[in-house]
Amino acid sequence: MHGPNAMTTNATESGQNARSLVIRHLDKEYVRGIPVLKDINLEINGRGMTAIIGPSGTGKSTLIRCINRLVEPTRGEILVDGQNLVGLHGKALREARRRIGMVFQEFNLVERLTVIENLLCGRLGYVHPFAAWMRRFPEEDVARAYELLDIVGLKEFAMQRADELSGGQRQRVGIARAVMQKPRILLADEPTSSLDPKTSVEIMELMIQLAGQHDIPVVVNIHDVNLGRRFAQRVVGMSGGSIIFDGPPDDITDEHLMQIYGGKKWLQ
Amino acid sequence: MTPDAAPNRGRLVAIGRPSWTGRALWAGLALYVVYAASLLDITWQRFFAGLGHGTVFIGRMLPPDFTRWELLVSDLAESLEIAIVATFFGIVLSLPVGLLAARNLMPLWVTWPARLIIAVCRSFHPVIVAILFVKAVGFGALAGILALIIASIGFIGKLFAEAIEEISLKQVEAIRASGAPFANIITYGVLPQVLTRFIGFCTYQLDSNLRNSTMVGLVGAGGIGGTLFAAFQRFDYDFVCAILLAIIAVIMIAEVITTRLRASFQ
Repeated sequence: MHGPNAMTTNATESGQNARSLVIRHLDKEYVRGIPVLKDINLEINGRGMTAIIGPSGTGKSTLIRCINRLVEPTRGEILVDGQNLVGLHGKALREARRRIGMVFQEFNLVERLTVIENLLCGRLGYVHPFAAWMRRFPEEDVARAYELLDIVGLKEFAMQRADELSGGQRQRVGIARAVMQKPRILLADEPTSSLDPKTSVEIMELMIQLAGQHDIPVVVNIHDVNLGRRFAQRVVGMSGGSIIFDGPPDDITDEHLMQIYGGKKWLQ
Repeated sequence: MTPDAAPNRGRLVAIGRPSWTGRALWAGLALYVVYAASLLDITWQRFFAGLGHGTVFIGRMLPPDFTRWELLVSDLAESLEIAIVATFFGIVLSLPVGLLAARNLMPLWVTWPARLIIAVCRSFHPVIVAILFVKAVGFGALAGILALIIASIGFIGKLFAEAIEEISLKQVEAIRASGAPFANIITYGVLPQVLTRFIGFCTYQLDSNLRNSTMVGLVGAGGIGGTLFAAFQRFDYDFVCAILLAIIAVIMIAEVITTRLRASFQ
């Protein structure tokens, strides 16, 4: 373990905050006996952005998907708002998922729906299936959707189909959809990997802005170290399914990066 | 040395190895076709005799006899009713069947029975199903409607299931991650992705039901087929011709309408 005191840097402050994510002894094996995640322990409190960095295939995506149970954890505990999500089924799981927003690498918008409909998809956990079928949503949700769309700068695109948007615009819609859920935590799985460098920065800024306004902590998977370091207050470095660095971005040394990504030629 | 200067320039070479199984299969097929044709007693003599009969037949069909137009119109109307009612109920029933048969959304124990229903519906030609329903519910349009509902479930159900199996699960995943109940995942994650294709299948089936509704009458299941068959047996070839022309007209009009319908949903 590098940086022996790094583990505790953020874990101790505002420990009683209800808006928190606690992961204890999380293991994930897709194939029995071949662990992808090995005994992950992580505690995220309060606000701000936590970036999980690491090479592809190291389990970052699996970790973030275990949190909202899109991937089934093999062992361990995942607490959001103090509630353990592991072992939840049916309605209880759906209600837990409503409190977790997610932003995807490939945006995952419903291509053939309009932009405003895509935003309202964030409320589908609250709308009765019959009302949803009739395309009816609560007035305050619709008003909020337009408000958010204005904030992300796409007001004039409300009635356009999602497949007409550019990559950056789509991700703005993806973020707005996640915020529509009024989540207690926002997960982002490589939100900038399908975007150009300039748009990537804009998307990160937008996430920081919206999360700050709504007081939502953000956990973001990102393979781009510099982008992660630039925007996050805390960086978690993963390699081979384990956390090998956890601390503020300024504490990361080249030595850490070598251990996380392997080799050193790329650093020069 | 440039490639052009290479020896044997322009010579064709095989890429990949020749497949001897493939060649053997083609040779086998050719042999079987020759053998089967020899069994069927196809001779030039019969062909030329047939040409003669054909000329006489066409001569007796012309000019078409529209004097019994009231019968013609009422029978056509019944065929149309059979087609439209059967398509409507066929679509309504094939929606759930197709959804349940989609292997990417449903567990095995649900898709298996749904696929069995579709397979059974598809096994028989509508005319054979119509014979069964004539025995079950008696002569008339009801038997035809039921037969074509079965055909519609088989066709739309299968294609709908396949369309669902090809959707992007990423879009579904996003809706699932928001905590939406299953019904909302279907309406917002799945249906938007398959809707235009589904409407395409439905209009094709309406088309096909219109054709088949003129045929189920042959076995007494209602519509214009019965009258056509009777006219044939009475050698009223000029009336047969009138019926055939009327059917062609109806099918062509329907073709135009369904094409418009499909275009408006794109």
